[in-house]
Amino acid sequence: MTSTIGSSATAPASKNVRSEVFYFASRNTKLVIGAVVFIVFLLGAIFGPMLATHEPMTFDAPPGLPPSADFWFGTTLFGQDVFSQFVHGLRSSFIVGALGGITAAVIGMLVGFFAGYRGGIIDEVLNMLTNVVLVIPTFAVLLVVAAYLSVRGLGTEAMFIGLTSWPWAARAIRAQTFSLTSRDFVGMARLNGESTFRIIFGEIAPNMSSYLVMTFILLFGGAILTAATLDFIGLGPTDSISLGLMMNYSVMNAALQLGMWWWFVPPGLAITAIVGSLYVMNVGLDEVFNPKLRAL
Amino acid sequence: MLRYLARKLFIYLLTFIVAVTIDWAIPRFMPGNPVDALVSRIALMPDANAALTSYFMAAFNLDQPLWQQYLNFWWALLNGDLGRSIMLFPTPVTTLIGRALPYTLGLLLPSILLSWYVGNVVGALAARRKLLDNSVLPLGYLLTATPYMWLGILLAWVLGSTLGWFPLAFGYDQSVKAEWSWLFFGSLVYHWVLPFASLFMVALGGWAIGMRNMIIYELESDYANYLMALGAPHRLVRKYAFRNAMLPQITGLALQLGAVVGGALVTEIVFSYPGLGWLVLSGIQNQDYFVIQGVFLFIIVGVLLANLIVDVVYVIVDPRTRVGLQGDAA
Repeated sequence: MTSTIGSSATAPASKNVRSEVFYFASRNTKLVIGAVVFIVFLLGAIFGPMLATHEPMTFDAPPGLPPSADFWFGTTLFGQDVFSQFVHGLRSSFIVGALGGITAAVIGMLVGFFAGYRGGIIDEVLNMLTNVVLVIPTFAVLLVVAAYLSVRGLGTEAMFIGLTSWPWAARAIRAQTFSLTSRDFVGMARLNGESTFRIIFGEIAPNMSSYLVMTFILLFGGAILTAATLDFIGLGPTDSISLGLMMNYSVMNAALQLGMWWWFVPPGLAITAIVGSLYVMNVGLDEVFNPKLRAL
Repeated sequence: MLRYLARKLFIYLLTFIVAVTIDWAIPRFMPGNPVDALVSRIALMPDANAALTSYFMAAFNLDQPLWQQYLNFWWALLNGDLGRSIMLFPTPVTTLIGRALPYTLGLLLPSILLSWYVGNVVGALAARRKLLDNSVLPLGYLLTATPYMWLGILLAWVLGSTLGWFPLAFGYDQSVKAEWSWLFFGSLVYHWVLPFASLFMVALGGWAIGMRNMIIYELESDYANYLMALGAPHRLVRKYAFRNAMLPQITGLALQLGAVVGGALVTEIVFSYPGLGWLVLSGIQNQDYFVIQGVFLFIIVGVLLANLIVDVVYVIVDPRTRVGLQGDAA
C-alpha cells in the first residue's frame, strides 16, 4: 500500500487509480486463478487448431482409440481425431461467448441506460419489454427458432442467444443508472446542456464501468453454456464442430456404454472450466472494484 | 395486494400473447421453406396423402390472409388443438405431450424444490463461517458452471456404466409391464434416480451461492448490527437474516425456471428418459415441427403458471406487497 501512496505525488491521478486497481487485482487469488484458467483455454482455442494434425470431421484415423502419443485425446467411434474436434470446438465456444455476450451487453446497456436515465413513459415501456423477455423461457424460443433454420452458422447462434439473454443485465444496469442519475455531476452536465447521449456515455457509463465489465463477463459465460446446451440437442451450427455437438455425438453413439471417456469428458470439462473461471473472475473483480468486499 | 398481482397477471398475459405470436410467426417468416422439407419427408411415408392434406388444411390455411391465419391459430390453440404429429401420424400432439409430461414433471418438481431448499440451507450455514465457506463456495461455482448434460453424462458413465449401480436409459425397465404394480413403481424410481440427481446437483450450486451472499449482506445491515450490539445470540440474528434473505431467493426461483426446464430437456436426452426433452429431440430429428411448437407452447404455459404460483407465495411471505408498499419491483 505504501508504494502506491508514495508514487501518487509524481504520477497523474488516473495512472494512480489504474496502478491501485492493478495492485489489488494481482493480489486477488480468485481473479488470478480465474484469469489463468481462462487464458490457458483461450490460448488452446487460438493455437490448438494449428497443432492438430487431422481435420476435425474427416474419418482418417483408426476408430475408438484411447489417448496416445499419436492421438492425444484418442479417436471417436468413427475414426475422427478428438483433439482436433476439441480445439476447434473450443474456438467455437469462445466465438459464441464473445459475440453472444457483446450482443446481449449492447442491448442490455441501451435498454438499461435509457430506461434508467429517461424514466417516465420510456422507462415503463422498456421495463415491460424487459419483463416479458425475462419471463419467457428463452431456451424454448431458441429451440423453435433453431429448429426452423435449416442452415445455421456460429454467428446466427450467437446473435439469437444475445437477443434472448439481455433482460437481467438491462434490469441491473437500469437500477445503477437510476441511482447515478440523481447525482450532482449528472445534474451539472444537464445544466450545461449536454445531450442525453453524451450524458449517458460520457458521464454515467464511465462511472459504472467496473459494473459493466462484470455484467459482460457473466453474459459471456451464460452464452457459452446456452450454446453448449443448444448444440447438444443438435440445434447448433450446421457448418462447424462444437463442444456441445461432441457430447451429442458421444452420447448418441453409445460412448457411455463403451466407456470411451476421452470422447465426452474433455468437452464438458472445458466448458465447466471456462464458465467457472469466468464466474470466479467476476467475484474477484467485484472484490477489486469494491473496497467493502476486500478481505482484511 | 390486488394491484401487485394484477400487474403481474398483465405481464404474464402479455408474455403469453407474445409467445404465441412468436410461435405463429416463426414458421411463416423464417428464411427457407419448412413446407419443402415436410413434403420431401412425408412423401416417404405411408398415408402420405392424408398426412399432407391434414397438415396444410388444419394448420397453415395458406390461402387465407395473414390476419385470418393468425386468428385461426389462436382459435385452434384455445380449443386445445396443437395439430397432429408427423412422425406418429395421426396422433394429436397433445396426446404425445400428455404422455411425456408426467416424466418431466416427476424430474422437475422434486429437483427444483429440493435443490432450492437444500441450497438455501447450505448457503446460509456457509456464510461467514470460514471453513465451510471455503469448501461450499468453490464447489458451488463449479456446479453452476457445469452444463446440465455433462454432469448427467458423468453420472451415467461412473454410476451407470462403470459401476453398474443404476440403469443408463429409459423411464422404466423395458421388460416390466407398465401398470400399477410395485414392480413397475420400483422400476420407475430406479430409473429416476440418476437424471434427478444430476438436475438437483447443478441447480444446488447457484442457490447456495445466492443465499450465502444474501446472508452476508443481511448480517452487515443496521438491524443485524443493532441486535448484535444488544447482545442477542448469534442464532437469533442469523434467523432474522435468513428470513430476510429468503425473499430474493423466492423471486430467483421464478427467474431460474426457464433455465432449469432447459436443463431438464437435455438431461432427459442423456438418459433417453421419455419426457418432453426426449419428445423434442425426436421431433427435431424427424422434422416434426408441430411437436416442437407444441412443446414450446406447453413450456411457456407451464413456466407462466409456475411464475404465478411463486407470486402468490411471495404475497403471502412478504407483508409489504399486501399493504401496498413497494415490495419487490414488479
